[in-house]
Amino acid sequence: MQRRSSYLFLLPAALIVSVALFYPIYSGLRLSLFDWNLREFTKAPVFVGLQNFKELLGDANFRISVRVTLVFTASVVCAEMLLGTLFALLLEQRLAGLRFFRTLFVLPIMIAPVVVGIVWKFMYNTSYGAINYLVGLVGIKPIEWLADPSIALVAVIISDIWQWTPFVFLLVLAGLQGIPKELTEASVVDGASYLQNLIHIKLPAIAQVLGVTAILRLIDAFRSLEAIYNLTYGGPGVSTEVLSLHLYKTAFADSRLGLSSAIAVVLMILIGLLSIPIMWRDVGRERR
Amino acid sequence: MTTGVKRLTLSSLRYLLVVAATLLLLFPVYIMVSTSLKFEVDAFSSPPKWLFRPTLENYVAVLGKAGFFRFFVNSVIVSLSSTAATVLVAALAAYPLARNRFSGKRAVVGATLFLRMIPPVILVVPVYVFFNSIRLTNGRLALFVIYTALNLPFNIWILRTFIMDLPYELDESAFIDGCSPFAVFAKIVLPLLAPAIAIASVFSFRLAWNEFILSLVLTNRATRTLPVAVSLYITDTGTEWGKITAIATIIAIPAFIFTFSAARSLITGLTAGAVKG
Repeated sequence: MQRRSSYLFLLPAALIVSVALFYPIYSGLRLSLFDWNLREFTKAPVFVGLQNFKELLGDANFRISVRVTLVFTASVVCAEMLLGTLFALLLEQRLAGLRFFRTLFVLPIMIAPVVVGIVWKFMYNTSYGAINYLVGLVGIKPIEWLADPSIALVAVIISDIWQWTPFVFLLVLAGLQGIPKELTEASVVDGASYLQNLIHIKLPAIAQVLGVTAILRLIDAFRSLEAIYNLTYGGPGVSTEVLSLHLYKTAFADSRLGLSSAIAVVLMILIGLLSIPIMWRDVGRERR
Repeated sequence: MTTGVKRLTLSSLRYLLVVAATLLLLFPVYIMVSTSLKFEVDAFSSPPKWLFRPTLENYVAVLGKAGFFRFFVNSVIVSLSSTAATVLVAALAAYPLARNRFSGKRAVVGATLFLRMIPPVILVVPVYVFFNSIRLTNGRLALFVIYTALNLPFNIWILRTFIMDLPYELDESAFIDGCSPFAVFAKIVLPLLAPAIAIASVFSFRLAWNEFILSLVLTNRATRTLPVAVSLYITDTGTEWGKITAIATIIAIPAFIFTFSAARSLITGLTAGAVKG
């Protein structure tokens, strides 16, 4: 196969990606240097240099949304990694019906984040929601899940843990099942306890899987938007307004297209930093 | 004997945990589906009514009066068309990336990795501005192109991995017989890719079917898709939870179908890359 036909095969993909991804990314970058109001759409954008970025630095709501994003991301990734790994370890040994459970665990991952947000909103309702009924069974008084600014973020975090712990579970389980049997069996023959086996054999063997899983979750949690949009719309106040939601609202509620593009640039840079390890690994492989 | 007893308690303890986790996992799904089958009065009762007289009233109301059938059709059209396009285009691109050496190859691979990471929300403003400036505001074409593009990186990557696992002798013998590269691709490689294409299709359909934020901004009253329709329905009508959960359940139907018919392929798609690399 000649070189020329290589490029011909790549052409359709290149065209679509250029039109739908690269061009918007470029024009978003450009727009971050302009002041442009959505309500005065017909007027030309005004060049303001780095003014939008300066404004972000002094903007309290922007700082809050960065903090909310960091707290949200750190909480869900830690909880999901812990729970998912624990569960994979529990289910890794042969267990009748494992395949059936594993199948069920795929379901939350496939359900639309919008649906997750809506169903949890219903369940969190203070007076008729199922969750207050459930916590009531163990004697806890009704909680204002979505109306109390100090609890709403916890509510959002819980629903994310529900949807994405299964993802961690499936990846770690696949990693554990990929460990050569001889490795663990040899250490059992040598009289190693379960804990020794876990710390010295299993965890090191799946270290890379754990790392990649954590990064994938970090990136995804960092850009999550659709469940939160439908669960709280960032509220009450701005207590659950993650960066991507803040970006959306700046553009379509405050009508400030330039400023929202500056937020997009910040979001891109942060996610770019998070994805360096994976890109490094995968592009590095190309040399071989 | 004692070890036997110990093992038995351990495994029943594990079962207990697994069953508890499964119940937690299924609980929101159960709430969604059961509420959609309840009369509005029963939907609001606390404690939740575990036994109730089921009704399809919500589904009839939703698909009939509110015009949701149209949104359903919109979702089907956009999802199916963009899935077909993205898988075909990705297979074409994956072929030389798996088989050939050419200059710029690493840059292309790097670009696909980079594009997999971008959050769709950063596209919202530029794409909105662009389609408004060319006065193309019904949104269908925009969604088709963007969903096709957003799915390309993952699809190229997974199809490429599969092609690399196919023996090169297959291509070679066809080349020796005088086939053109395109004929080799279409007649030899593509049919062997069926399992990978199935995985790519499911994940592509999932993105297009579930996507919300771009559809929210780009579509209008007539062209909106189901996730947008359900979200706006809540804003407009408040708390008709029977109907809302009915729409939510309809949106989740493909998720049920894929999960229970193709769980193993889905797990392959989810874990590929992280585990095997």
